[in-house]
Amino acid sequence: MVSDVLIAGVGMTKFEAAPERTSRDLFAQAAGEAFDDAAVTPDAIEELFYGNFMGEFAETQGHQGPLMADAAGIDAPATRVESACASSSAAVRMGVSKIRSGQADVVLVGGAERMKNISTAEGTEALSAAADALWEIRAGVTFPGAYSLMANRYFHEFGGGREDLAHIAVKNHDNAVENELAQFNKAIEVEDVLGAPTVSAPFGLYDCSPMTDGASAAVLVSESYAAEHGLETPVAITGSGQASDGLALQDRASIPRTPAAETAGEMAFDDAGIDHGDVDFLEVHDCFTVAEALALEGLGFYEPGEAITAARDGETTRDGDLPVNLSGGLKAKGHPVGATGCAQISEVTKLLRGDHVNSDAVSDADVAVTHNAGGTVASCVVHVLEEVEQ
Amino acid sequence: MSDARNAGFDDFLDAIEEEEPYYLEGTEGNGYLPPRRIDPATGTEDLSEEPLPETGEILTYTQTHVASPQFADDAPFVVAIAEFGPVKVTGQLQGVDPEEIEIGQAVEIGIDHTETNDERVVVFTPA
Repeated sequence: MVSDVLIAGVGMTKFEAAPERTSRDLFAQAAGEAFDDAAVTPDAIEELFYGNFMGEFAETQGHQGPLMADAAGIDAPATRVESACASSSAAVRMGVSKIRSGQADVVLVGGAERMKNISTAEGTEALSAAADALWEIRAGVTFPGAYSLMANRYFHEFGGGREDLAHIAVKNHDNAVENELAQFNKAIEVEDVLGAPTVSAPFGLYDCSPMTDGASAAVLVSESYAAEHGLETPVAITGSGQASDGLALQDRASIPRTPAAETAGEMAFDDAGIDHGDVDFLEVHDCFTVAEALALEGLGFYEPGEAITAARDGETTRDGDLPVNLSGGLKAKGHPVGATGCAQISEVTKLLRGDHVNSDAVSDADVAVTHNAGGTVASCVVHVLEEVEQ
Repeated sequence: MSDARNAGFDDFLDAIEEEEPYYLEGTEGNGYLPPRRIDPATGTEDLSEEPLPETGEILTYTQTHVASPQFADDAPFVVAIAEFGPVKVTGQLQGVDPEEIEIGQAVEIGIDHTETNDERVVVFTPA
């Protein structure tokens, strides 16, 4: 049996608009917090996997692996991982593989993104690079546009509408009100969502996650290292899955389905030896309101066409049977794209440990799932996190 | 943007302008747009050029108001995905009131130029 990978510590900057902060400064803060949380010093790190998407565009900065290792005080092999908005969960997965293979006992994983130092139009252009540059960008597809194409087809095939989606945004804003690390600590109403300016129909401004500056990090260790060094490691990554799909929506058999999430989810659940009934709560990739419904359907918690009303019916609210995005999700916590995947790991770790502001909502929980998507789910990475005996 | 042509993609746009658009078909009948060298369905390079059906059907659409800088002067515009036989194509829908677009509507493919940069763009118009 493959050894579990233990989470020794996590760190995350406040997600916010901090246009003057460099990504190296953001990541150093998150890494420093993860080291403190883990009671591990940087010299113990044997490898860094770091997620970032648009560094060349926003900061004219490539080759960020060694840059971030230096910023974090690490002298070890360092590689940047790029899978669009799934970059840092892909980095987490590489760290998990490294430890499971026995090639390392302590790795740092995480990611950072600086986005607010450029204009909204420039940011829109940078993000659209996660779509097919020939077939989509050349036709004027933006990311809100791409997910709107999925949403309109979803409505056509399954029904549902903007008001159903609005409840997803309202729920995630509610969850972020007390989360000091979230970008928006403000509750909103359905009417706010429906009345917001249109970005790409059917999405208004409040259907879209914001652009954000931020970083996240986690120290992952082997069971033997944790035992030898007396580390407190109450949470383990017990399952990991990843899958790919065609980059362009036009190449998909079904526009409102995300088969990469189906495959990555099955892989992670099999890896962890769990089934859906074991899962107490999830953090999923709600870059746009409809994306939360697509994620829950892709992961198999709902049949296709049925998750769009989950928030509206109170099934995924903090008091519901299956709380989703207790951190506030991408919608309200913010979405510094290269940091988002590991931020899900950080938030779920705290929710399970009991030191997150919303931990009371899941005080009996011991199994949680993260779902992080790149592009229109052309990349999907799923992890299973479990509370483990010390 | 580079002035260099994108082989395959620009050939497809040329073919639309010459009113002889095509797609690539694998031996199991799957359709692809160029550039495509390997057929994922068979794992072979056995692909043939076939004429694109003259009319397609709108599968989905969105009217985009917040555009990237390359389309700043074009916004708002409607992006659609249309199905032409075995292939789906992404383009801009013209000649229809955005309030009156219907999924399933029949369209023809063409080429126009963007207001912003005078770049070629695939367009659909009612059939």
